[in-house]
Amino acid sequence: MNGRREFLRRALAGGAAVAGTTACPSAHARGNAEIPPEAIGLLFDSTLCIGCKACVAACKAANDLPLDYNSPVDALWDMPLDTTARTYNVIKAWQSGTGTQRNQQIDGYAFMKSSCLHCIDPSCVSACPVSAMTKDPATGIVQYDADACIGCRYCVAACPFGIPKYDYDSPTGKIGKCELCRHLLPEGKYAACAEVCPTGATLFGKVSALKAEAHRRLALQEGAPTIWPRGNLDTADQPAWEGPAPRYVQHVYGEKEVGGTQMLKLAAVPFEQLGHKPLPERSFSSQSETLQHTLYGGLVLPLAVLGVMSWVARRNVKHDDETDARGAQDAHAGEKRHD
Amino acid sequence: MTEHIHVAPAPVGGRLLTPVTFTCGVLILAALAILAVRFVLGLGAVTHLNDGYPWGIWVVADVVIGSAFACGGFSIAMLVYIFNKGEYHPLVRPALLASLFGYTLAGVGVIFDLGRWWNFWHILSPAYASPNSVMFEVALCISLYIVVMWIEFSPTFMEKWGMRDARRKLNKVMFFFIALGTVLPMMHQSSLGSLLIVFGTQIHPLWQTMLLPLIFLLSAITIGYAVVLFESCLAAAGYRRSIEMHLLTPLAKIMLGVLAVFMIVRFGDLLWRGALGHAFAANLQAFMFWLETACFLSPFVLLRSEVQRRNPARLFIGGALLMLGGVLLRINAFLVGYDTGTGWSYFPSVPELLVTFGMFAIEVLGYIVITRRFPVLPREDAPPTATPAALRAATR
Ligand code: SF4
Ligand code: SF4
Ligand code: SF4
Repeated sequence: MNGRREFLRRALAGGAAVAGTTACPSAHARGNAEIPPEAIGLLFDSTLCIGCKACVAACKAANDLPLDYNSPVDALWDMPLDTTARTYNVIKAWQSGTGTQRNQQIDGYAFMKSSCLHCIDPSCVSACPVSAMTKDPATGIVQYDADACIGCRYCVAACPFGIPKYDYDSPTGKIGKCELCRHLLPEGKYAACAEVCPTGATLFGKVSALKAEAHRRLALQEGAPTIWPRGNLDTADQPAWEGPAPRYVQHVYGEKEVGGTQMLKLAAVPFEQLGHKPLPERSFSSQSETLQHTLYGGLVLPLAVLGVMSWVARRNVKHDDETDARGAQDAHAGEKRHD
Repeated sequence: MTEHIHVAPAPVGGRLLTPVTFTCGVLILAALAILAVRFVLGLGAVTHLNDGYPWGIWVVADVVIGSAFACGGFSIAMLVYIFNKGEYHPLVRPALLASLFGYTLAGVGVIFDLGRWWNFWHILSPAYASPNSVMFEVALCISLYIVVMWIEFSPTFMEKWGMRDARRKLNKVMFFFIALGTVLPMMHQSSLGSLLIVFGTQIHPLWQTMLLPLIFLLSAITIGYAVVLFESCLAAAGYRRSIEMHLLTPLAKIMLGVLAVFMIVRFGDLLWRGALGHAFAANLQAFMFWLETACFLSPFVLLRSEVQRRNPARLFIGGALLMLGGVLLRINAFLVGYDTGTGWSYFPSVPELLVTFGMFAIEVLGYIVITRRFPVLPREDAPPTATPAALRAATR
């Protein structure tokens, strides 16, 4: 028998099996996930934010979070520079030039809220190996269960917005992130950050209603007087106020990004300058899951490869047994060739 | 399994306490001390991990690279049992041993890194199963493969302890475990690449591609052969045994073949995605990309002809450089090419590095103790292996 040809034949068969397990065409492609019809969320309008940080304090209180010092030397102020495992919401200030003109690009300043965006197709949920991060099928809230979590921090690494944070300073550290105050909903209350916001910059409501409100604002003439709702958009629990419309950037951030988010954002300064990188419309989790399902859907491919491998291995182990018995005395013949 | 007909493996014998094993022991103790601090005070007390870089070298070196280095067993077993290259049989046991250690340690190493390690079992419990998660699949494969490898390796212990009956029974079904032992690491090594896909644009275009699973798998197979070259040369030097050149020389050729396929896939993908331009930017990522590529290309130069492949020093360096290429591919994809936004940086702390060194020390120490006391390496004074393929080749 021609050893080389035999080897090539097997190499090709094996190679095809290997290629099959790893790079199949996307037979199980899945698109972006759909938003639950009753999904709730937030609308943050940077142009209305005055940087008072009432929401940062309210979030701490509502979630029973400890103080978070950004300097151990001067442990006086609970003023973290970014969200942490102990701070789910921060307001970041942006400025350019002299930083004197509110909501202006040149010599201007503006504020931006940083907290979980409650993605419609969240990377953190797709990443989590133990279902500790889940998306509520009704509200769409992306929630965390510390009792299930193994602390692998795959969600921390995966989130395109850098939201989930782990507490490295504790031997029993948990992941911390905004869960849209889901513990307040049964009490008939809603997101503490929205409830406390004096200007309505953070607004709570059904995502469908928030989206309509966002587009209403984008259509406003600059300077035209309009009504600004506050608190809960659905129940109108707080009195609205009247004021002139700013000049918006024509973009609802979160409408399309990574398949859409339940927190929508408006601003007068380009989002990229406010720390919001442009992101593709296809969600990363749908890409990852399409690949996984293609390779492992129903375990069809792995089992097929296992079947082939078992068959070949069985033949070769047997084959070895037969030929080895007579092969032993010819040992030196084999050796010469290789030396 | 057919070891009893090939050159019988035998314990190497000799002293267990040597300068090498002593150094390993010290490194292991240091790592244990640091881990004690880590478990009492938390990950932040000993590592430089942060929320911008939640995965550091404990994940990338101990688990991702450690398990790739442990692909020798899988690569050789494929060659012997799937491609029926029986002449490589004497390499199976030593390679499998190194794999067993590598994978077991990678599995244990995961626990050191887990922030809520007492929940570890959740990953194997159907109640918490998350089949969409790549990490879930990685964890299942690594756990199953460790069990399969211990079964594959158990004849060594059975021989030592004279369990003939058990061995015979096991031999009947061994082919199935051998098959599992090729499929599971294939799934696992490719999925280590897939882990990064959900990171999306946070991974630099030089490394982010839907072909990551294929790239990681192919590189793991070549690393498997490189590790065998590296280990065989090292074991020969350390134990003053003759080098199995008649096996290593053709093995090096196979390694170059798989490496060529890898390079074609790697660069084909970069060209097809139009990402190769990023390699000519003046930044750290581009520099590291070329360093990685140089390591992968160097074996083609070092081992280009049959004469050079008969030179043990070249085999050793070629193998080591290929392993380094694999290391760089993984470090680049997971850390250098990973960007969560401005303001974050990561470089491992000294205690973090010491734990990683300790992990590799356990591997070296375990390999030495087992090869000295258990029948793993081919008996030195026995006649060399003869196999059907070798005979066929010789009589042609
Ligand atoms: S913003 Fe991040 S943490 Fe929040 S749902 Fe999206 S992926 Fe998850
Ligand atoms: S750290 Fe916890 S929540 Fe995050 S992915 Fe890991 S197990 Fe899931
Ligand atoms: S919804 Fe609740 S948890 Fe989330 S940022 Fe607002 S106050 Fe904090």
